[in-house]
Amino acid sequence: MRLNYTVMSVFKYFTLILGAFAALLPLIVVLFTSLKSRAEMARSTALSPPENWLNFANYRKAFVDGNMLVGFMNTVIILAISIVGAILIGTMIAYILSRFEFFGSKAIMGLFLLATLIPSVTTQVATFQIINDLGLFNTRAAAIVLFMGTDIISVYIFIQFISQISQQLDESAMLDGASYLTIFARIILPLLKPAIATVLIVKGVNIYNDFYIPFLYMPKTELQVVSTALFKFKGPYGTQWEIISAGIMIAILPTLIVFLSLQKYIYNGFTQGAVK
Amino acid sequence: MASTVSNQQGGGGQKFALSFARLSYKAQRRVIIIAFSIIPLAFLITFSYFPLYRMIYYSFFSWNGFSRNMQFIGLDNYVTIFTRPEYFGVFTVSLYYFVATFIQMGLALYFATILSFKVRGKNFFKGVLFFPFLLNGVAIGFIFMYFFRPDGTLDALLQVLGLGEFTQLWLGNPDIINVSLAATSVWRYMGFNFIIFLGTISSIPGDIYEAADIDGANRWHQFRYIIMPSIRRIIELNVILSISGAISVFEIPYIMTGGANGSRTFVIQTVETAFKFSKFGLASAMAVVLLLIVIIVTLIQNKLFGEKGA
Repeated sequence: MRLNYTVMSVFKYFTLILGAFAALLPLIVVLFTSLKSRAEMARSTALSPPENWLNFANYRKAFVDGNMLVGFMNTVIILAISIVGAILIGTMIAYILSRFEFFGSKAIMGLFLLATLIPSVTTQVATFQIINDLGLFNTRAAAIVLFMGTDIISVYIFIQFISQISQQLDESAMLDGASYLTIFARIILPLLKPAIATVLIVKGVNIYNDFYIPFLYMPKTELQVVSTALFKFKGPYGTQWEIISAGIMIAILPTLIVFLSLQKYIYNGFTQGAVK
Repeated sequence: MASTVSNQQGGGGQKFALSFARLSYKAQRRVIIIAFSIIPLAFLITFSYFPLYRMIYYSFFSWNGFSRNMQFIGLDNYVTIFTRPEYFGVFTVSLYYFVATFIQMGLALYFATILSFKVRGKNFFKGVLFFPFLLNGVAIGFIFMYFFRPDGTLDALLQVLGLGEFTQLWLGNPDIINVSLAATSVWRYMGFNFIIFLGTISSIPGDIYEAADIDGANRWHQFRYIIMPSIRRIIELNVILSISGAISVFEIPYIMTGGANGSRTFVIQTVETAFKFSKFGLASAMAVVLLLIVIIVTLIQNKLFGEKGA
């Protein structure tokens, strides 16, 4: 029995270390490569660590030649506007749908729920024409309206959350003469903080990582985001893996920093976002 | 976050808010319903329902996407999809990703189970296993292009392990390219299933395990009779969703291979049909087919799980 327990324990740690190794190895090798010089690349294998751990020449080249600064700026602009927009739109419609019954409220609710079924990747062919007709092709607004408008999951999360907030809070505020606008701004929104955090995290990660929408709707170089800036490394640096690796590390670094500083919220965000 | 939003509301529209508050609740109700629904509804219709309608409409035409000349051809696009192997053949590629989902969920379930008990370095392992899910898709594509390239990470690792004879063109050999790509997909998404499973398992009250311990249940019994029932629904749900997920695969193969060497998926095919070959009618029909598959899968899911309640 005791021996059996030890064997199990050894097996458990062995698999955990193997899992961690599989998760980290591809990343660590890219980190190694990003710190190697061109000559060093030729004489070392993929697994060997760099000779000089402080050789940031590739990073400089990737950041400057790859126009990564433009990418980060566009990503930040798009991220900030579309998240604030999505949260405002989502909380507004969720508030009236869960607090008022009016002509067509059931139908509107149905329309929002039904829309979660339409995978946006399928309708892209037609969405492209609409963006084009609106004159938004090759503008940041294309990505912003698409991230804002097609985010039905967050509407769903907000509706679920508001229906858990007691109606009595609204009613007692109304006895004090609060308007519906005050109730929304002073009671509902503050109580929605956890749901807003969830949407912020899930959406933030999705927008930062999204490739398809900027790739399709904003091909102009000045409008590239982090994903599309990185994607462009594929052409000119075809075999210069030390430069591409530096580009990869630059794109990953913000994610790592955010993950390490907000770990708990990120776990909660994704768990709640998924179990809608 | 919430407070800045409410400040904006209070500050920017102070005058409006004051006169709004003087209205009767009935009038307020009417104003707020219209004001709060008009923008969300405009977005919903413009970017969800209108494209859907246009897409179905285009699917009956032969059209290059910009010319005024649209020719009605009835169901011809659909006939093309189901009769020409270069269109329906790509569905077989989905099978690799479908199988991969099971491996992914198995791994996720295993790690979630052992990490929900006492383990040294729990937070480290949890973080490391979950982290890949947060990474940028293009970065992941490049990381694994380097991983699978000749003399890349995988080949170097095999050399070190003395398995040098197994090295090969992981992304060049049509027989294994989809295995390599599906494995990349497992690496990317395993952490997501893992964190969901872990969340569900840790929401099981601890005293159930204690009671089971007293009754002499071993770890396997605990897994089988306490953990499994509580996450069965999530697993079943994921299995069904993996059908539509496997057909919608796009990013990883598009970035890594561009669909070369037999790694073309249905969505890559759709995107290229539209934006590379300018066959918008045909591409729309393909998107409609994909949508129908997703809807059928969702209906099956609702039929199976709808009555049991959420």
